Amino acid sequence: MGQSLDLFAAVSPEGAWTVTQVTRRARAVVEGGLLPLWVRGEISGFKAWQSGHWYFALRDRSAQIRCVMFQKDNRRLPAPPQDGMQVFLFARPTVWEEKGEFRLTVVDLLSTEAGGLWQLAFEKAKAALAKDGLLDPARKRALPRYPLRIAVVTSPDGAALRDIIAVTARRWPVAELLVLPTRVQGEGAEQEICAALALLCRVEGLDVAIIGRGGGSREDLWTFNHERVARAVAALPVPVISAVGHETDVTLCDLVADVRAPTPSAAAEAATPDRTDVLAELAHLGARLARGLAGRSGRVAERLDRTFDRLTGTVERRLERHRHELSGLAGRLDALSPLKILERGYALARDEQGRVLKRVVQFSSGLRFRLRVTDGEVAARAGES
Amino acid sequence: MARTPSAREPLSFAQQLDRLEEIVRRLEGQELDLDEALKLFEEGIERLREARARLTAAEAQVKQVLSDQAGHLKVEDFDG
Repeated sequence: MGQSLDLFAAVSPEGAWTVTQVTRRARAVVEGGLLPLWVRGEISGFKAWQSGHWYFALRDRSAQIRCVMFQKDNRRLPAPPQDGMQVFLFARPTVWEEKGEFRLTVVDLLSTEAGGLWQLAFEKAKAALAKDGLLDPARKRALPRYPLRIAVVTSPDGAALRDIIAVTARRWPVAELLVLPTRVQGEGAEQEICAALALLCRVEGLDVAIIGRGGGSREDLWTFNHERVARAVAALPVPVISAVGHETDVTLCDLVADVRAPTPSAAAEAATPDRTDVLAELAHLGARLARGLAGRSGRVAERLDRTFDRLTGTVERRLERHRHELSGLAGRLDALSPLKILERGYALARDEQGRVLKRVVQFSSGLRFRLRVTDGEVAARAGES
Repeated sequence: MARTPSAREPLSFAQQLDRLEEIVRRLEGQELDLDEALKLFEEGIERLREARARLTAAEAQVKQVLSDQAGHLKVEDFDG
C-alpha cells in the first residue's frame, strides 16, 4: 500500500498519511536502502527477556541504534554480551513499525575482546576432535559399579578436591582415592594437566578417573578447552568423569569424557555407589540364601527358615527405621550355618568317600565312617544291629 | 606398567557379588542334594561375610601420585 501512495499527495491535510502508512513506507525505504551489514560498536542497556530474545543498544561516541537479537539466533552464542563490550554485529537494518523505531535485527554477534577469539579457537578445536570421532557418543564407556581405585586429576588445594574426598568418604569409603595434583589454571597449566594425565595412564588397577575443578571465570576454565588436554582425556585407559566449573560451563574436556558431571561433588557421586544401598543388597542376598537352603533341606531347614524369617523381619524393621547400618547381619547368618547346628549337638555322618549317611541301611555292620561334630571329626564304626 | 603399593585386585568386589548372586540363584532354582546345598550355603555365607567386612572395615584412603626425577611413580599419603 505504502509503495503505491503518491508521495506528493500529502502536501495538504486532505491527503494525510496514516501512521501505519508512514512507518511501513519508512521500513521499506530502510530495508531497500540498507542491506544486511556488519556494524561495530559498544553494547549498552543489555536485557535478556523471558522470551529468550535479547534487547540492547549499540552505540559509539555520537550515536546509538536499538538492536534485537531473537532467540533463534542468539541461542548459538555461548553467553550473552555484557554492557560495555565492543562487538561486531551482522544485522539487518529495519523499522519496527509498532514503535516507529529504527533498529537492527541482529543475526550474529562477535566480541572483539579475548572471548570472541577464544570462541573461535574453541570451535576450531571442537571441529578437529569431532573429525577424529572423539565426540562420538558410541565411544562413551560405562562406569564400574564398585570402584576400588579412583584417580582424581585436579588442584591439590582446591574446593573441588575437598568435595570429592568428602562425598567419597561418605558414600563409598571402600575406594582408595589417588590424587594426581596439577595446577588447573594459568600459564602452563595445560602442560601440567597433560603430564598428570600421562602419569595416570601408568597407575595400575584404576577403575575410574575424575578430572575437574570448581567454578571460575571463562578465562580460568580455559585450560580445559585446549585441544591437547581434551585429546589426553580421550586417550585415558579407564572411564573418566569430567566436572569443570558449574553446570553452565561446558568445556571440550567435558565433551570427550565418558560422563559429564555438573560439579566435582556430582562427579564423586556418579563414580561411587552408596554403601548403604550395597549393604541392603547384601542383606537381601543373605535372605535369599537362607530361603534357598530352606527349600532344599527338610525339617531342620524349616526351623532354620522360621528363625531366619524372624531374623530378617527384625533386620527389615531396623532398615526402615534407620537405613544406615546393617551391622552384624553376616554374623547372624553365620549362626544359621550347618556348623552352628552342629554346635547345638547335631552330628553329620559321612562315609570314607564323604557321602552323607542318612539311613539305617547305609550303616552296614562294622562300617567305618566319620562323624562331623561341632569342633571336628571323629572316626566311628557301626556296631552290631 | 609400574608397580603400585596397593595390591587389591580390580573388580574383585563386583566379582564377589556376582558369585553370591550365582550361589543364591542355584540354591533357589535347582534340585540339589542336601550336601551340595550345604556346601553352596557355606560358601555363600563366607562370601557374604567377606563382602560385608570389606564394606564396613574400609576407611577412605587418600593418596597422591607423583613422579620422581627419574620418572618413577611415587605414591604417598595425601594430607590436603
